[in-house]
Amino acid sequence: MTAPPGVSGPTAVAMRKEETPETPRRKRGRSGVGGVKIPFWFVLPAVIGYAAVVLVPNLSGAVLAFTNWDGYTPEIDFVGLANFTRVLSDDNSLRAIGNTFILTIIVSLGQNVLGLLLALGLNTKVKTRMALRLVFFLPVVLTPIVVGYLWKYLLTPEGTLNQVLAAIGLENLQQDWLGNPDIALYSVCASIIWSGAGFSMVIFLAGLQGVPPELLEASAIDGAGPVRSTISIVLPLINGAIVVNLLLSVLGNLKQFDAVFSMTNGGPAGSTETMATIVYKTAFLYLEYPSALAQGVVLMIVVGVIGFIQYRVTQRKALA
Amino acid sequence: MNRYTGRTLAIEIVLIAAGIIFLIPLYVLVSVALKDPEAQAGFLGFTWPLKFDNISTAWVESNMASGLLNSVLITVVSVALIIVFSSLAAYTLTRNTQHWSRGMFYLFLLGFLFPGQLAMLPLYLGFSSIGLVGNPLAVILIAVGGHMPFTIFLYAAFLRDLPRDYEEAAAIDGAKPLRTFLTIVFPLVRPVTGTVGILAALGIWNDFFTPLLYLSGSQSKTAPLAVYSFVGEYSANWPLVFSALITSIIPILVAYFLMQKFIMRGFAAGLKG
Repeated sequence: MTAPPGVSGPTAVAMRKEETPETPRRKRGRSGVGGVKIPFWFVLPAVIGYAAVVLVPNLSGAVLAFTNWDGYTPEIDFVGLANFTRVLSDDNSLRAIGNTFILTIIVSLGQNVLGLLLALGLNTKVKTRMALRLVFFLPVVLTPIVVGYLWKYLLTPEGTLNQVLAAIGLENLQQDWLGNPDIALYSVCASIIWSGAGFSMVIFLAGLQGVPPELLEASAIDGAGPVRSTISIVLPLINGAIVVNLLLSVLGNLKQFDAVFSMTNGGPAGSTETMATIVYKTAFLYLEYPSALAQGVVLMIVVGVIGFIQYRVTQRKALA
Repeated sequence: MNRYTGRTLAIEIVLIAAGIIFLIPLYVLVSVALKDPEAQAGFLGFTWPLKFDNISTAWVESNMASGLLNSVLITVVSVALIIVFSSLAAYTLTRNTQHWSRGMFYLFLLGFLFPGQLAMLPLYLGFSSIGLVGNPLAVILIAVGGHMPFTIFLYAAFLRDLPRDYEEAAAIDGAKPLRTFLTIVFPLVRPVTGTVGILAALGIWNDFFTPLLYLSGSQSKTAPLAVYSFVGEYSANWPLVFSALITSIIPILVAYFLMQKFIMRGFAAGLKG
């Protein structure tokens, strides 16, 4: 750790102090930091802000999900699991859960495979790598609903994709990409992959910088081709980057709202509805508060369980 | 490995092709927005000369100036509060060894589990009962509280590895804890502050859901919300819609091209932790 400018005084004192027999280091074990007592109020702004907008509303939401609370009737009764049985027997909610899983799997795989390929390509001696990195990462910083509206145009029947297909003689592949309930969800996935691939790429590039070139040279001398050495040497070495990328893309897309809301608003016929969009609609369009809270709890459990499983699997992998 | 071979050239060609495909949506964004309806459309709707009438119409009609101003205000205030609150809290939680500080740290980590949709209703009705709906303060409070788990986690990871000698020396010299924090600790955690600043600023600027709930009918619309309202009104008019989209993302684009290295490093550094 190099001392930044401006702390030269204390640094000098610290060095001198180190020579005396009673260094602060020795005291630390028992009384916390050697002599430094940090007042409790230092954590208060963070705790109050966090409790007010995260902890209390989430916990009260979870409790209220077991009641008939509707926001204005003063009397609140516990109704057990009634809200959950209603939500979990409702076709729209079930469909949204299914869509959310499909979207999460497609986007996470697509974004990370594409991001990995781009990173592997850019981790070579290509001359345009700086400019290309800038291009691939650009969609990451764009506002998601702006990306959503842009792609909505690209995918309209008269939009860019169909124009391009016509120009290269593939008219028979033309589709109403967002209007056809069978493919709308996949079209939404494509736009999310476009905006997320650069993000995965940057994480993978950071991981690839830790791969020693000598290992690759050695494997090349041993006769391993580029594909072979990537699979058996590079991928295990960037395990950390793979784990982080999968965790973030899975957890992020389970809560996907902006892209769906701006491109299809859940349609056509509910074919792109996700858990996040359906909670919003149940609460603010249909004003069915008990159902919305139950759907929120279901979403929390899904995110929590999948996050925990991913965490445990990665812990085990890290040990192996 | 270290030379530019035929294989490198092949990779380069494939990557450049991929880069061009990646840029097509943005090319379309610009060409549709600047289209001259009278002129003959060229490749993917491009016309020459460019027509900027749509941009100025959209700028005025969408009230984007006010949207950008509100976004700047909300982002700057939120990010400043996030940095101050979370660095102070992480410092306290990593330097104290009492039981409550560990417990409190885990309490903050619990926040990673909550998806936000569950808190949405109680929070909305609570804020509405104290008159915060329509007030940018609601969005700021939610951004600040909601960012605490992640940013405290980042600061704490960095502070654990930071030698305590400087702080201890300052304490021995008689500096009060707040002064020690401000003059010694805060400058030392600058790398995390940069990462937190970038990630939080982008997240808050691009956030759509919270402003949608709290600022929809108000005079304090953020840029993404101004886009949303404008699209609702002019949905059939793509050139105008695209012009509004462009005006709303110009600040991000400028920041991106000025600080590209810094931004990408911020993402990579923040997410490894």
